[in-house]
Amino acid sequence: MTARTRFILAVCILALLMTGPFVLTALLVWLEAGEADRARLTEVIVPHLPLGALMTIVGFAVGMSVVRNLFRQYVQGLLRMAEYLQLMLGANRDFRVKPDGPPEVQALAHTVNALAQQRDELMQDVEAQIAQGKQSVEEEKNRLAALMSELTQSVVVCNLDGRILLYNNRARMQFRALSDAPAVAGGGELIGLGRSIYSVFERNLITHALESIQHRLRRSTVQPVANFITTTRAGQLLRVQMAPVLSVGQDEVGERAIGGFILMLDNITRTFENESRRDQMLHTLTEGNRASLANVRAAAEMLEYPDLQEELRERFRTVIRDEVKAMSTRLDETANEFADSLKARWPLEEMLGADLIAAAQRRIENVLKLPTKLEEIDESLWVKVDSFSLLQALTYLASRLSDEFEVREVRFRLSGAGRLVHLDLIWSGQAMSTETVMSWELEPMRFGDENSPLAVRDVIERHDGEMWLEREKVRHRAFFRILLPAAVPQEQIDAAAFLKGESRPEYYDFDLFKWSDKSRALDDRLLSELTYTVFDTETTGLHPSQGDEIIQIGATRIVNGKLLRQESFEQLVDPCRYLSPESIQIHGITQDMLVRQPTIEKVLPAFLAFTEDTVLIAHNAAFDMRFLQMKEEATGIRFDQPVLDTLLLSAVIHPNQESHRLEAIAERLNLPIIGRHTALGDAIVTAEVFLKMIPLLAEKGIRTLRQAREAAEKSYYARVKY
Amino acid sequence: MAKKILIADDEQNIVISLEFLMKREGYEVLIANDGEEAVQRIRAEVPDLVLLDVMMPKKSGFEVCQEVKSNPDLQSVRILMLTAKGRDTEVAKGLALGADAYMTKPFSTKELVERVRSMLAEH
Repeated sequence: MTARTRFILAVCILALLMTGPFVLTALLVWLEAGEADRARLTEVIVPHLPLGALMTIVGFAVGMSVVRNLFRQYVQGLLRMAEYLQLMLGANRDFRVKPDGPPEVQALAHTVNALAQQRDELMQDVEAQIAQGKQSVEEEKNRLAALMSELTQSVVVCNLDGRILLYNNRARMQFRALSDAPAVAGGGELIGLGRSIYSVFERNLITHALESIQHRLRRSTVQPVANFITTTRAGQLLRVQMAPVLSVGQDEVGERAIGGFILMLDNITRTFENESRRDQMLHTLTEGNRASLANVRAAAEMLEYPDLQEELRERFRTVIRDEVKAMSTRLDETANEFADSLKARWPLEEMLGADLIAAAQRRIENVLKLPTKLEEIDESLWVKVDSFSLLQALTYLASRLSDEFEVREVRFRLSGAGRLVHLDLIWSGQAMSTETVMSWELEPMRFGDENSPLAVRDVIERHDGEMWLEREKVRHRAFFRILLPAAVPQEQIDAAAFLKGESRPEYYDFDLFKWSDKSRALDDRLLSELTYTVFDTETTGLHPSQGDEIIQIGATRIVNGKLLRQESFEQLVDPCRYLSPESIQIHGITQDMLVRQPTIEKVLPAFLAFTEDTVLIAHNAAFDMRFLQMKEEATGIRFDQPVLDTLLLSAVIHPNQESHRLEAIAERLNLPIIGRHTALGDAIVTAEVFLKMIPLLAEKGIRTLRQAREAAEKSYYARVKY
Repeated sequence: MAKKILIADDEQNIVISLEFLMKREGYEVLIANDGEEAVQRIRAEVPDLVLLDVMMPKKSGFEVCQEVKSNPDLQSVRILMLTAKGRDTEVAKGLALGADAYMTKPFSTKELVERVRSMLAEH
């Protein structure tokens, strides 16, 4: 019964209560009275009837207004409050009931508001705790990513299926060297989240290493790691250390299950070459001289025979002369050629000469309180030094100068001389005797709190250097000259080491631990968990069958619902034909940008590798696929992965929209468009559009790849029928 | 009759010494400057002993040794290998292929003469 019917009912009851008893009494009196009484009653009452009726009506009106008022305040007021409470429960948490009406209702409102307040505080508290938890997880992840990216060793983490779920920048650069087509794909076809490590390493090799780790785990004595050396397809030599990623808990047998593995890679091709060179040098110096020595020795021994004729004697002498000369030449050549390998094996670091001097100044000033100054310093010089021991030696020499010769200031000079660098420690005043210098060189270094077992001479030898005292008589000063090996100036950090974009790259995705290759057929997998290559091409024109060609391919990847901008592919292609001016206006690629770019035959294999194991996505995919298919026969490369088209999917989602151009869709989905009409720019926009489409498709019940393909097909046919 | 010795080495600077030495010991001396020539002369002249250098053009000392030792007509030919490589693996290989003795360069000429003398005496 609605409030309104109840109100009408109440009014009716009121009317009955007010008139009923009076009318009933009157009726009873009327029925009992005789004929005469009735006439008299009529006579007495009728003149007063209007007054009675009026009073009844007034009374009824007053009663009704009282009932109405009560109804408004208690029934309708509470109903209104219930609506407000609904609001507070759902849409608008911050809404509060305005206390209004009779005191009982106001009291109720106050209590309800207090309850709401309490609820809000609890919810805020919970939300804050969740946010805090999330933030600390995020921070930890970021710290891990930062740590990984700073490591100088290549690290790749994979799940048991060999899918990469973390890698660092160093690994990315190393994989570039492993790529068959470094100029084209830059190793991006090898390393990437969700990619298979088996494109680099043989599956058997990894399986074997995992088995030996498992074996070691069971014995639980030694460190459960495996080492192996392998050559890659590109002929590089890699030393790999594998460590297991163990699950946190133990299984019923008491073993910790392996959830994945960590690979630490070291490209030892260069080291190996160095070692081969060293071996070769040793060989030349030993075996290479045996024959000559034999010749000399035999000839020399022949000379000892007294019965030798003069002519023969001369011939033996010639043999000795020639052979010894040849040996000397060989020795010089070897020494020159292998100068680097002959150097001391002490590990030296390369540093900027000026930095070394600055460090020496700081050290001498701090430890000895001796002022220092700079003379000519060649800022471009790099040196190969053991900086700790060298700084110690410089400070030690300065300390003896200051203690024994009362030198009040030392100066530094740095100059280059071929493969050597001259480091001069200069002071004004007299020079000491050679014997003194000798003793300074040979005594263990002791000064201040430092007490080193090394002597200056040891330090110099460590650098394969030399040191001597020189006098500048005219200027009345002297200096120690130390010869140090020069280093090749270090290249500026590879531009590729800088990352595209500003945000920290997604180099890890631990959700991939849960991935399994065997889980389901591709077609039945959810759109949100597939790996995609989103690509776009720029072409010379619109008609591949009439000779139009691809001039640029750009592609990016989506893994686990995340767009991986830094794992992109961007390559210009020499179309081997002229560009029309109209097309240049569209894509902005000019003829001279394409000179010396690889041709499509070189680019397609790398692109195929980039798209391996992924679903292809393009906007108006039929167009791009047509260009790729035209090359199938010539290159033998087929792109037979499943393909999704964002144009058709847009038609599925918004069947009543007129335009399904990429810009129009992006605008509808509230996506900013930057860098359009470069292949990579368009590919990224297409990828963003696709990611926004996944939930919209789900609303329409389209969740798997199969459903998406079927729906797109239908929309395509629907459009064709028009 | 004087024993016949073939010196097979491509290095003139050692051949000259060896030739003088062997002649002085009273042997008849033949000379070959590469592996092929060595095989030909061994077949033609059947020397009593060959001073065989390992590193020679056309045919290595190992090949020469193997050819000679697999030929029944040449069973009487002694082979003393001379090598400029000090590795024991090579010594093993030379002896396995049938060389009767082995000397590593540089060697003492006195020892060489003694070795040659004893090898020919065994015969």
